[in-house]
Amino acid sequence: MLNTLRRSFVPAAWLGWQIESNWTDPFLFLVFSVVKPVASVLILVFMYQAVSRAGADAPIYAYIYLGNAFYIYVGAVMAGASYSILDDRERYRSLKYIYIAPVSIPIYLFGRAVARFITGTIAVVITLGAGALFFRVPFNPLTVDWPLFLGALALGIVCLTFMGVLIGTWTMTLRTEPWFVGDAVAAALYLFSGAIFPLTVLPSFLQPIGFALPLTYWLELLRRAVLGPGAAAFPTLAAFSNGQLFGILGGITVVFGLVAFLGYRYFDQVARDNGMIDAQSNF
Amino acid sequence: MSDPQAIRVENLGRVYKIRAVKKGEARERVALTDVNLDVPRGELFGLLGPNGAGKTTLIKILTTLLAPTTGRALVAGYDVARQAPEVRPRINMVSGGESSGYGLLTVRENLWMFGQFYGLDTQTTHARIDALLEIVGLADRAHTKTSDLSTGLRQKMNIVRGFLTDPEVVFLDEPTLGLDVGASRDIRRFVRQWMAERAGRTVLLTTHYMAEADELCDRVAIINAGRVLACDTPANLKRRLQREALFKLETSPLVNGALTTFQTLPGVRKVLHAPHDGFSALDLSLEADSALSGVIGALTAHNASIISLQKREPTLEDVFVDVVGMSMTEAEKHGD
Repeated sequence: MLNTLRRSFVPAAWLGWQIESNWTDPFLFLVFSVVKPVASVLILVFMYQAVSRAGADAPIYAYIYLGNAFYIYVGAVMAGASYSILDDRERYRSLKYIYIAPVSIPIYLFGRAVARFITGTIAVVITLGAGALFFRVPFNPLTVDWPLFLGALALGIVCLTFMGVLIGTWTMTLRTEPWFVGDAVAAALYLFSGAIFPLTVLPSFLQPIGFALPLTYWLELLRRAVLGPGAAAFPTLAAFSNGQLFGILGGITVVFGLVAFLGYRYFDQVARDNGMIDAQSNF
Repeated sequence: MSDPQAIRVENLGRVYKIRAVKKGEARERVALTDVNLDVPRGELFGLLGPNGAGKTTLIKILTTLLAPTTGRALVAGYDVARQAPEVRPRINMVSGGESSGYGLLTVRENLWMFGQFYGLDTQTTHARIDALLEIVGLADRAHTKTSDLSTGLRQKMNIVRGFLTDPEVVFLDEPTLGLDVGASRDIRRFVRQWMAERAGRTVLLTTHYMAEADELCDRVAIINAGRVLACDTPANLKRRLQREALFKLETSPLVNGALTTFQTLPGVRKVLHAPHDGFSALDLSLEADSALSGVIGALTAHNASIISLQKREPTLEDVFVDVVGMSMTEAEKHGD
């Protein structure tokens, strides 16, 4: 069991890093890893300033900025897992050789997620730094509750990876337009996870979706860790203590872990039944 | 588990469901029908058939990539459908005609990574990589990025990947497809050498190159349209035809009427005609040498002149024609 974990995780993490750090063109790397996430946050910042006419002192400003900064991880880690599967299957034509090796595909995807987490972290740090230096985002490393931040970050990344495994193995069964799955799911979650507005803004019949998502609690914990008491400006989750939020996030992570495991077994069988492990989509 | 058979295939079938273009038009394509095979350990077994015959489907099932629709298959004693985790450490596979591998990695990095997937320690992996690269003539490219390799060199790297883990059973799916003569010869030589040095290791090779199957394989199964039609050693398969007299004949260009005439001549079993620029090539299968005089008489009657005439020994191509009823090329057209 430990051997399977090691031989699935270590080379996958190494491969992921080789791919993600293949910065043969530093300009392109800068565009995709730094400029793109920073620019997407700035678009929201400028929209915020144009629409609300409120200043950077309004609590919603930090809420939006931080929510978007941390949401970079969702695209990098969760959506990245489905890209890993498709990259291996369609670009490198190697998925079938990895699949027939004595590895665990979910653990392999965990390994691949490591490199995406690292490059995602670079983008998050730059986005936060730019926010603090140039856009009056109240982010001060000296006042961050680091234990809370790191604990929440770690648990959330594990949960995101479980979700990525589920999406990645689902992607393995798709022949038509599989490249959009990761992005589509990330975009859908963006709406419901409180990344850009509190859940209470949603119509009441849609709010349960947000409350069922781990990202909602994860982003709340990260905001609390960074902003301290200022994060309580939005009462959606104010009734929950940090410990309760951790408990909920942990519980949902366990559920997603189970769902990812069962989902992998199901999608793996579907992929084998339909001959999709080495299929080529028409991308 | 010490099953003397490296591969057992029992009544195996596979049907692909084809996506409907219009609603209600779902179709099925039968890829394999009632296939039965036993491949003992230590054998280099060939699956010979045209494109679309079902060879790759069979390999996909045996390597746990694809689930069978009916029947069962055992590899190294384990059921490929139910015991895939037990099968995988014991096998490896190389497919031809594709450019797999991570182009951004060097040859050595690609191979090292796959060694890690199989749990090899780094020292052993590098030692094997060095030895295998030397054998296939790729040692000087160990630090070359895979994307910079030619198709032939990339395929050699993939061959090394397939054998690096010293698998009990190796599946080679058209390993020389699209390669030049030299690279193909190197790969065949490597496979022969590997088999000779490792008693008990098994290779299942699919090919549509008759000479490759003849040269390499201990036994050959001829497969067409998803069915195994014959299975024996190349020598025994050819021996089946030795009661026939085989001639290769080149004549001035023939018209279709002449061919019809030849096929109805007494003693003529089969005539394959390949028109070329300025001449016609005929492969004649006759019941006896004496039937040749009738063919020559018919040629004369059609004002055709003989350019060359050669009696020849049966080949696997003849066996294929005899078993399938058409040449490999015709079978491929028929299957499209």
